[in-house]
Amino acid sequence: MRLNFLPAYELKNMLQKREISSEDIASQCLKATERLQGKLNAYIYFDKEHMLSQARAADAYLKEICGSFNKKDGKYFDFTGIPVAVKDNICTKDIKTTCASKILSDYVPVYDATVIQRLKSQKYVLSGKLNMDEFAMGSSNENSAFGPVKNPWDTERVPGGSSGGPAAAVAAGLVPCSLGSDTGGSIRQPASLCGVVGLKPTYGLVSRYGLVAFASSLDQIGPITRNVTDSANLLSAICGWDEYDSTSINGGLHDYCQFLYDNIKGLKIGVPQELMSGGVDAAIKESVNGVLKLAESMGAVVEMTSLPSFEYALSVYYIIAPSEASSNLSRFDGVRYGYRNRDATSLRSMYRSTRAEGFGPEVKRRIMIGTYCLSSGYYDAYYEKAQRVRTLIINDFKKAFGKYDVLISPSSPTTAFKIGEKSDDPLSMYMSDICTIPVNLAGLPAISIPSGLSENNLPIGVQIIADTLREDLIFKTAYSLEKAINFNKLPVHLYEQ
Amino acid sequence: MSSEKNNLKNSSYTDSSYETIIGLETHVELATNTKMFCGCALSFGAEPNSKTCPVCLGMPGTLPVINKRAVEFAVKIAIALHCKINSYSIFHRKNYFYPDMPKNYQISQYDYPLGSSGYLDVNMGDYTRRIGITRVHMEEDTGKLIHTGSSGRISESDSSIVDFNRAGTPLIEIVTEPDIKSPAEAKEYLVALRTLLLYLDVSDCSMEQGSLRCDANISIKKAGSQGMGVKTEIKNLNSFRFLQRGLEYEEQRQAALIENGEKVMQQTRHYDHITDSTKALRSKEEAHDYRYFPDPDLVPVFMDDDMVEGIKSSIPELPSAKIERYKSGFGLPEADSRFLASDKNTAAYFESCAALCKKDRLKSVSNWIIGDFTALLNKASISISSAKIKPSGLCSLIDMIESGKISIRSAKSVFEEMFNSGKEPQEIVKGKDMEQISDGSVLEKIIDDVINKNPSVVEQYKSGKEKAIGFLIGQVMAATKGKANPALVNEILIKRLKLNP
Ligand SMILES: [Zn+2]
Repeated sequence: MRLNFLPAYELKNMLQKREISSEDIASQCLKATERLQGKLNAYIYFDKEHMLSQARAADAYLKEICGSFNKKDGKYFDFTGIPVAVKDNICTKDIKTTCASKILSDYVPVYDATVIQRLKSQKYVLSGKLNMDEFAMGSSNENSAFGPVKNPWDTERVPGGSSGGPAAAVAAGLVPCSLGSDTGGSIRQPASLCGVVGLKPTYGLVSRYGLVAFASSLDQIGPITRNVTDSANLLSAICGWDEYDSTSINGGLHDYCQFLYDNIKGLKIGVPQELMSGGVDAAIKESVNGVLKLAESMGAVVEMTSLPSFEYALSVYYIIAPSEASSNLSRFDGVRYGYRNRDATSLRSMYRSTRAEGFGPEVKRRIMIGTYCLSSGYYDAYYEKAQRVRTLIINDFKKAFGKYDVLISPSSPTTAFKIGEKSDDPLSMYMSDICTIPVNLAGLPAISIPSGLSENNLPIGVQIIADTLREDLIFKTAYSLEKAINFNKLPVHLYEQ
Repeated sequence: MSSEKNNLKNSSYTDSSYETIIGLETHVELATNTKMFCGCALSFGAEPNSKTCPVCLGMPGTLPVINKRAVEFAVKIAIALHCKINSYSIFHRKNYFYPDMPKNYQISQYDYPLGSSGYLDVNMGDYTRRIGITRVHMEEDTGKLIHTGSSGRISESDSSIVDFNRAGTPLIEIVTEPDIKSPAEAKEYLVALRTLLLYLDVSDCSMEQGSLRCDANISIKKAGSQGMGVKTEIKNLNSFRFLQRGLEYEEQRQAALIENGEKVMQQTRHYDHITDSTKALRSKEEAHDYRYFPDPDLVPVFMDDDMVEGIKSSIPELPSAKIERYKSGFGLPEADSRFLASDKNTAAYFESCAALCKKDRLKSVSNWIIGDFTALLNKASISISSAKIKPSGLCSLIDMIESGKISIRSAKSVFEEMFNSGKEPQEIVKGKDMEQISDGSVLEKIIDDVINKNPSVVEQYKSGKEKAIGFLIGQVMAATKGKANPALVNEILIKRLKLNP
């Protein structure tokens, strides 16, 4: 039995029954990681001894409370002894957090992100820190100072981005689940390209404290898993109000498992025609249509609809996100932490050379776009206007959710593309997030679940979007469709040599 | 620089030939327990970087959370300055690179400040100037840079070190309209503002330690001419005197330029109190583009009427109201009322006395506080709140004077001893045999004796030289070693001299 391919919820049951130990799980995950790290480059950091010692500590704890498992007492948790891998832009105390950037290549945080504190309180096992696009800027994971991540289904192809590491590691069975972050699709698009489940929660449902900011009004941490149940469990573990994040929502739900039931009878599904247009591969449209037919056969009502403001979503995003990023990333200056050019002879030259050498080209491109958009004389024409159009997008969604319970669309306009294929063409790269970006602009929850494989054996994902804090509808729909689609495929050929 | 200095000698700035327009920007560090956006304690003089945390150090991934107490303090200030409290205000990021700023942006307010459109009335003796308050907004302070090397100047040091203890301290910025017409008014505005802030108990307002800082914008134009002159911004005005001096220098400098047909450059200038002059720091062309935008990490501050009313009710009686009450309620003159209300502790002291004294003695209380008491406090450089003389002591002393128990002259020395020892006046008087002789029969004997011994002086008095009585009083005082009640002596003397044929 390969424990590293089992769902987290099954591992939890086996741990509970004392059939296996956390150390057994950790060992198998480590074995897989050691075998495939060279091929996939999913991790930036993993430490065998550190992982095993966490697993042994979890085992000791499990032994201690054996026989008195009672979730209500807060003694037994979904992630006790379960390995979780974490994207390298989420701060882990005493463990390097690089954001896949040279400028933070040796940076060790002095504190844990809130999501890490919450998982630690469950006695989870941190398997390591995952590769990503530098500062979460990218859609292919090619923008990493630590090299690109390969797609487990075809290692000549990208895993998507920016959470390429989290999606690839979970898809390849290196770990049962991971945490990514999603600013414009960075969880859902790679989940789609790697054939796994990726959830972007409602903005504010999960604390951003400790997530190195890219675009503060859009960023959200979320789970990447191999099934919807694990997604609901992991969200339950990390969500909830946090006094350290002023934008966190007070009063979200905390146990999403209760919504995992197989019934979408009468569910009203809208399909935004803008996301089923010419820009989307035919095979993907076909796959999504297949899912919609399944939904209808299960009693759901499917209708095409229109959200006309989607046309502007990409433009709005590429003003707002770089603007916020240009300010968020200004703290990386070599003064207090991170990389510093030590040969510089003046303050100004130290700033310049540190940032010129520390940041990669895509990050610099976005800092320049953002700085321009916020400059006096341009602010009104760009940032201010983008915020107004953002309101139009929010209103379009509001209107749609007056009519529909959920919206369904492709997660990505294409399947995984070849490494290097789009790296010289930023605009075509930016199009990769066309299906996911409107959701971030409106702060809504959305999930990507696998809907099938393309002709050349590459995963396709379908996106389910719901209204603010309607994760219940997301999970109900995703759980029902997951069962009906019965994707159940893993890139096991990776292990055959 | 030297040419500027020479120009000043030929300057023809006079009050009537030019009009001066000044606006002030004042920064006040709030005396909250914790910083503006994190839980770090505020402290002055602590071990460098000991009062810091990941948030105020701007560590990656950290987020700010608004200090509610700081908002309350800011609302208090805005209310006291008669501002409109905006029900919706937001924080902006002010972006610029400097090593004393951990995030390389300062969280501040921009087009939605907490308070706007207020005023402060400033008493200038013979007139009152109402100075408009454009805005009152909240922001965070920066850290402090220390340049190594003996000179402490950035250009001569090998390296600089940063202390972030101050970074994130809650700061209030108070911006005036360009309503100030002279350097003297500017100074009085700042004095009045400081008094107000001390009454509100929101800051220790120490200009020396930088918890009250002031920058000034100044322009001049020919009297009666239309439009505005080109303004300069003056920094480093860190005392009341420097504020006035720096602006006076700048008035002269700008006038000299205009007289010589040169142009005033829009620039930022630094006041140097040693040379008593200003010098250019940077010009408008080099000015920053701060790229303000709403901070997405923070939520708007909503202020409803109930919250504002709640905060309003916690504001103590302010100087302007006190002055009115002292005048109309206690019958004190304007000048006395202003003096007593100009300091929160002095006013509190006076009011404690007022609770113990008869109303007709309050002018005496005021006289003592304004005169001898203040002189002694200044000499000892202590505050009235820590003086050893308690209000009850001062009131007893005044009772003793009014009832004729001691003379004003001895009262002065009793007061000084009370100030030094904290003893009650009765105790001091007893120990020293200073009690005034107010017994008419005792005095009559002494007076008769003096009259008999000085017939020629008595003659002079009778022939119309009324001044001569002074000599006789002096003789009585000398005979009683100054203990005779002078009013009584005067009264008996006149009576006796009239009786005497
Ligand atoms: Zn702090």
